[in-house]
Amino acid sequence: MKAKSPAFPYLVWMAVFIIVPLGLVVYFAVTTETGEFTLDNITHVSQYVSVIISSIWLAALATVICLVVSYPISFVISRAGFSRQKTMLMLVMLPMWMNFLLRTYAWMTLLENNGLINKFFGLFGIGPFDMINTQGAVVLGMVYNYLPFMILPLYSVMTKIDGKVIEAAQDLGANTFHVFSKVVLPLSVPGISTGITMVFVPAVSTFIISRMLGGGGNLLIGDLIELQFLGGSYNPHLGAAMSLVLMVIILLCMSIMNSFDSEQEEAMIL
Amino acid sequence: MKKAASRIYMLLVFLFLYAPIIVMMVFSFNESKSRTVFTGFTLDWYYKLFQNDVIISALGNTMLVAVIASIASTVIGTAAAIGIFAMNKRLRSFVLNVTYIPILNPEIVTGVSLMLLFGFIGLNLGLTTLVLAHITFCVPYVILNVMPKLRQMNISLYEAAQDLGCSPVRAFFKVVIPEIMPGIITGFLMAFTYSLDDFVVSYFTTGATSQTLPIAIYSMTRRKVSPQINALSTLIFIAVLLILLLMNIRDARAYKRASQNKKGDSL
Amino acid sequence: MESNTIVRLRNIVVEYDGERVLKGIDLNIHDNEFVTLLGPSGCGKTTTLRIIGGFVEPMEGDIFFDGKRINGLPPHKRQVNTVFQKYALFPHLNVYENVAFGLKLQRMPEKEMKLRVAEMLELVNLKGFERRGVNNLSGGQQQRVAIARALVNHPRVLLLDEPLGALDLKLRKEMQTELKKIQQSLNITFVYVTHDQEEALTMSDTVVVMNNGNVQQIGTPEDIYNEPSNAFIADFIGESNIIDGIMHKDFLVEFAGRDFDCVDKGFSRQEKVDVVIRPEDIKVVPQIAGQITGIVESVTFKGVHFEMIVDACGYKWMIHSTQAEVPGSCIGMNVTPEDIHIMKKMEAEE
Repeated sequence: MKAKSPAFPYLVWMAVFIIVPLGLVVYFAVTTETGEFTLDNITHVSQYVSVIISSIWLAALATVICLVVSYPISFVISRAGFSRQKTMLMLVMLPMWMNFLLRTYAWMTLLENNGLINKFFGLFGIGPFDMINTQGAVVLGMVYNYLPFMILPLYSVMTKIDGKVIEAAQDLGANTFHVFSKVVLPLSVPGISTGITMVFVPAVSTFIISRMLGGGGNLLIGDLIELQFLGGSYNPHLGAAMSLVLMVIILLCMSIMNSFDSEQEEAMIL
Repeated sequence: MKKAASRIYMLLVFLFLYAPIIVMMVFSFNESKSRTVFTGFTLDWYYKLFQNDVIISALGNTMLVAVIASIASTVIGTAAAIGIFAMNKRLRSFVLNVTYIPILNPEIVTGVSLMLLFGFIGLNLGLTTLVLAHITFCVPYVILNVMPKLRQMNISLYEAAQDLGCSPVRAFFKVVIPEIMPGIITGFLMAFTYSLDDFVVSYFTTGATSQTLPIAIYSMTRRKVSPQINALSTLIFIAVLLILLLMNIRDARAYKRASQNKKGDSL
Repeated sequence: MESNTIVRLRNIVVEYDGERVLKGIDLNIHDNEFVTLLGPSGCGKTTTLRIIGGFVEPMEGDIFFDGKRINGLPPHKRQVNTVFQKYALFPHLNVYENVAFGLKLQRMPEKEMKLRVAEMLELVNLKGFERRGVNNLSGGQQQRVAIARALVNHPRVLLLDEPLGALDLKLRKEMQTELKKIQQSLNITFVYVTHDQEEALTMSDTVVVMNNGNVQQIGTPEDIYNEPSNAFIADFIGESNIIDGIMHKDFLVEFAGRDFDCVDKGFSRQEKVDVVIRPEDIKVVPQIAGQITGIVESVTFKGVHFEMIVDACGYKWMIHSTQAEVPGSCIGMNVTPEDIHIMKKMEAEE
C-alpha cells in the first residue's frame, strides 16, 4: 500500500500522451512552417476576435439558460422520495446517453423552414420562422445537449442540504422566498460552479452544434480550429495558436469560478 | 398550488428533452423520406440499416475500441490510483492536476494535440491511434472513481489481513481490491461509456478506414440523406433505455434485500 | 397555580401511510410551564411537538394558540421556535449569523440585534463566540447555539426535540440544569420531548406520558412516579416489580401466595389486578421474618445502591438496597401497605 510503483505505467503514459501533446500545441503555436520562433500565429488569431466573442457570448447565454432552467428541477428532484428521485434522474440522464450527433440532428429536422415546428405554427397561420442556421438555433442546441450536465451537479449538492435546516429556517420566520435566498442558494453554490464549468467548457469549444444548427454562417472557435487541421485551409500553426487562445479563455473562466468556490476539491465531476 | 406548478414545469422540461428523440423515432417508421409528413408505416429503414456495411463495420470498430480502451484504462488507472494514493501531498497534487487536464480541457484541444503527437512520432492515423487516444481520456475517469474508494477504505482491514498471516501482496489482492471494486467497476463503466460515445477526439485521431459509429453517423447527418439515421436513433434509444431499466431493477432488488436484512436484524 | 392555557390540543389525530400515529391527543399547556412529553420511541411525542410547531398538520382535531385556532398556519408565522434534535445549524453561517437569523427576518436594526445576540450568547455561556464557524464546534457548543438561535426571538413557547440526546452523561446533566434555569429566568413555556424518564422527572413541572399514540397520564413528576395510573407507566418510570394479583376486597390483595394489606380500594371483588412495588420499597429481612421468601440470584453494584435479583414465588424480584446479600442465600422480603400499588390490568392494544 505504500508503494508508488504501480503508478509508474500511468506516469509514463501521462507524460507521453498528455504533457507532450500540449507541449506540441504550444510549440506549433509559436513556430512557423520552417520551425522559426514567431508570435505571428497568435497575432493572426486576433483577426478572428469577432468569432471568439461570438463563441463566448453564445456559450455564456446557453450556460445561464441552463442554470435558470435546471435550478428548480434539481431542487424538486432532490426533495422527492427515494424511488421517485431515481426514476427522475434516470429520465434526465437517458438523453445524455443517446448519441450527441443524433440529438443535434433531431433538432435540425424540427427547426427547418418546413420542419415540424414551423408546420405547427402554420396551423395557426403564423410563420414560417427562420429558426435554423441562426445563433438562436446554436444556443438552443447547446442548452439541449448540456442541460443534464447542469442538473446533475446541482442535484448532487442539493441532496446534501439537510431537510431540518430548511425547517429551522421556516421555524425562525423565513417564508419560501427567504428559505431559498438565505439557505438553499448559498448552500448550492458549489454545485452551481461545477455546473457552469461543465456546460460552458464544451459549449464554448463545440463545432458540431454550430455547424449543424448554425449553418456555415455562424462559425465558432471550434469550427475555426477544425478548419485549420482537417478543413480546407490547412494551417496547423494557426490552429495551434487558436487552441492555445481557447485554453487560456477557459482557464480564465475557471479561475473566476474558483474565486467563488471555497474548498470543494472532491471529484464533483462524478 | 405549488405542487401543480412544479409538476407542470417538470413536464415541460422533460417534454423539451424528449420531443426531438420521439420525433426521430416516429419518423423512423415513415414510408417516405419526408421528415415532416408521415405517409405510412414501414420497417424498411431498419432493414436497410442492417444491410448498411458502413454502419455495421463502424459499429464493430466502436465496440472493439471501447472494449480494449476500457479494459486497458481500468488496469492502468487502478494501478495509478494505488500508486498516487501512496504519494506525498505535493507529488499527488501535481499528478492529479495533470490527470484532470483531459477532463477539463475542451475535447477539440485534446483531439488536436493528440493528432499533432501522432504526426510528430510518425504514427499513421488508424485503429491504433484511436485506441491510444481513447485510453488517454478514459484513464482519468478510472482514477477519479477509484481514489475516493481508497480514501474511504479502512486501512485496518489491510493490516488485519497481514496480522492473520497474509503477505502484503496477498493481503492487497484479498482485501484491498474487493473493497475498492465498486470504484473499479464504476470507472470501467464510465470509461466504456465515454469511449462508445466519443466523437470529437476520435474525429481527429482516426483514419479513413477505422471509422467509429459516431463518425459514421456524422457523415450520414452531413448528407441528410435517409431515415436510416432515425432507425439507428431508435435502436440506440431502446438499447440505452433497456440498460438503464436493468440497472434500476438490479438496484431496486439490492435495496429490497438490504432493507429486509435490516428488518431481520431487529428481530 | 392556575395559569392561562397557552397551547391547547383537542382530539388531534395524525396518520402516516395508513398507520395512526396520534390517536386523539388532548393536551393543555400553560404559560411558563415546563412540560415534558415522555415516552418510548414511536409513541408520537415528536409528532405532537411538530404539530405545535406547524410542520405536521393533523388529520382531525384542532390546535389553539392563546385561544385562537391555528390549524393550517405555516411554521414561519407561528410564535413558537424549535430546538431541533440534531441542531440543524446553518453550515454556511457563523455563530452570530445563525443566532441572528430570525432577527434579521424581522428587520431588527443592527445595533439592537447585536445586543440581543450578545445577551443570548452570554445566557448560554458562549460569550465571544460570534465569529466562530459552526461546523467545528463541539456537540455541546452546537447545542447551545441552537438554543440561543431559538430563544433570541423571544418566542412564547419553545419546542425542544430531544435536544440532549447526543451529549455525554455529565454534559447532559449540566445542560439539564442550565435549561431549567433559563426557562425559569425567561418565563417562557418549554415543551420538551424525551424518552429519558430521569431527565423528564428532573426538569419538568408537568410530565405527559405517551405510548402508542395516546396520552397515558399527565401529572407532576412526583405524581407520575408515586401514583402511576397503569402498569406501563409504572414500568417505564423508574424500575418496578409488576406481579399478578387478586383484589379480594377493598384494602386486601393477594399475590405471591399470601394476602397483604394495602391502601387501594374501588376494585370489584376477586378482580385480577397488576401489583406494582418499587425495588427500593422492599426491605430485606431474615428469612423467618419475611412476608415472602426467596433465593438471591444475582447482586450487582450500581454505585448508589446494590441491585439484587431474587427468585421468589415464580417471579424475579428486583430489590435496591445499600447492603449486599450473598448470592444463593435465602432471604425474606417485606413491604409496607403504602408501598403496594394496585392498578387495573391493561387491556391489550391492537
